[in-house]
Amino acid sequence: MFNETEHTVFLPHDRLAGLLAAIRAGGWQCVGPRVEQGAIVMAPLAESEGLPRGLQADQAPGQYRLGADAKQRYFAWANGPQALKPLVFAPQETLWRVARGTDGALTFEAAVPDAPKRAVIGVRACDLAALALQDAHFLRKGWDDVHYAARRAQLFLVAVQCAVPAATCFCASTGDGPTPGMGYDLALAELDAGFVVVAGSAAGRAVLQQLDLAAATPAQIGAAREQGDAAAAAQTRRLPGRDLRDTLMARLKHPQWDAVAARCLACGSCTAVCPTCFCHAEHEAPALDGASSHHAREWDSCFGETHGHLHGFNVRPDIRTRYRQWLTHKLAGWHDQFGRSGCVGCGRCIAWCPAGIDFTAEVAALTGAPDVKEA
Amino acid sequence: MSANASVRPRVAVHKFSSCDGCQLAFLNLGEDLLTLASRVDLVHFAEAGPLDADAEVDVAFVEGSVSTPEDLERIQRIRARSRVLVAIGACAVSGGIQGLRNGADSASWVARIYDHPEAIASLEHSTPIATHVAVDFELWGCPVTGTQVLGVVNALLLGVSPRDNADKVCTECKRQGYPCVLVARGIPCMGPVTRAGCGALCPGLGRDCYGCFGPAESANTDALSAQFARLGLDTQAIARRFQSINSQAPMFRQAADKARAAGNE
Repeated sequence: MFNETEHTVFLPHDRLAGLLAAIRAGGWQCVGPRVEQGAIVMAPLAESEGLPRGLQADQAPGQYRLGADAKQRYFAWANGPQALKPLVFAPQETLWRVARGTDGALTFEAAVPDAPKRAVIGVRACDLAALALQDAHFLRKGWDDVHYAARRAQLFLVAVQCAVPAATCFCASTGDGPTPGMGYDLALAELDAGFVVVAGSAAGRAVLQQLDLAAATPAQIGAAREQGDAAAAAQTRRLPGRDLRDTLMARLKHPQWDAVAARCLACGSCTAVCPTCFCHAEHEAPALDGASSHHAREWDSCFGETHGHLHGFNVRPDIRTRYRQWLTHKLAGWHDQFGRSGCVGCGRCIAWCPAGIDFTAEVAALTGAPDVKEA
Repeated sequence: MSANASVRPRVAVHKFSSCDGCQLAFLNLGEDLLTLASRVDLVHFAEAGPLDADAEVDVAFVEGSVSTPEDLERIQRIRARSRVLVAIGACAVSGGIQGLRNGADSASWVARIYDHPEAIASLEHSTPIATHVAVDFELWGCPVTGTQVLGVVNALLLGVSPRDNADKVCTECKRQGYPCVLVARGIPCMGPVTRAGCGALCPGLGRDCYGCFGPAESANTDALSAQFARLGLDTQAIARRFQSINSQAPMFRQAADKARAAGNE
């Protein structure tokens, strides 16, 4: 948050490299935005590597294009296909190994999670909200996932306020953005000359102290706050409410499920880019010598046929039931499991749907409430 | 075939009408091929050396499509002498690239291409192995990968059903972290209707999937054709997307027919 009650400093643009150096000095490897295959991806940053500047992410249903930001800012791109999820919930990993000894006895060994100290530069408010939901799932008391926990504990998060939302963004309506409110080590708001910076943790404060920065002026803090308000007001898509549980569960036989099933590819792209989806499948991967095996986990999707397999039958045999499962779990079932909706309004499922299905438009068609703000 | 069997299972690798690329999946296994050779008895594998085409075997891997009168007779013989028959690769499971001749006037091609067309004995259609004999398991791909082949061998050695993966290429693409080429660059990727198994090889190199692993489960070809049209492909171009390596896989053939019919309206 950017207000006068917290200690807020100003980081001129030409000292951004100094911030990254201070983070590295703390032992973190920096992961940040890089352009790959026409999109912003979060990737390890080499020490000599600067952050991309002057890029915007123009997004529409089924479409993502990088464009130019006239103000040459570092963070005018709203988001890319992934942010934090692959860094904590690995797309593929080994959970444990088993070996057969010469006497035939089996020996089990837990796989050690690969968990480097990582600082992620350019995390958005929606990403932080999604991380809190992933935490609620993977770090549930008594059932915590050691692999997730090990990687999560090593994260240093540098959040950025979204000043240029994409056309697919609707975090203002889910209450999760565009200004980061919690869960960061450092939060930045980018202005024309640099960044208003606030620390959200002891680790964040320790990094800032190394930089000896001047306090942000009330005008700079005010500009950051107004910029956040303007970004929220600029969003055109929305969900009609934060708790649609009963509304949706009363519409399980709505004809819209058939309409969307005709357009849906059941490719699972929405679930893969969704920062809160956590479903996975596990399988045994035996070595060819017949003496050992590893137990593998990988991202799975409720859009796949095997995901609905129960003993003797399939609970979701067609695309209609799979799409319905996804949407109603996200916006209804999540309330029962986690006390809130599973949607943080990042809009990735809209942009990265190869068929261009608009999640907010589907919800509007199902609930009868408009998906765009009235003029 | 338990892992402790004192007698090693006998394995044959047969070739029908094909390019031999799927047999290379075995040869390219490297060290794993040596391990494999120590666990099974490779009695027939022309690419690798052993020749005993008529041997009785526990597992026969069959590459290629049935494309000649001789193939028709030979596949029956192999089936009768094999306990488990695994069809490997696009040719064996869908008729392959040579299936493009199905429905065309291939006799006129033969006459134009060869000096002695009378020396060519080809069936009118190139067909998958399962059209002619019972197939126990199919591996899709052009070519299949070593991982797929080893997965099947391993499962059979352990006495369990091989693990099938009929999910879409998109699932593998997303796990690899590749930005979607259809969304980010507007190119007509077949990934959303194509079976996984390649590890999203083409999208990982920045190009579109061309469907060489054949149709995935619940492949919504209508929805993808509609998206291809929005990307600017005309009906002929859409038909061609589905008429490639696996042109005779029913789902792809129907999608191509539908696109052409729409173009003729």
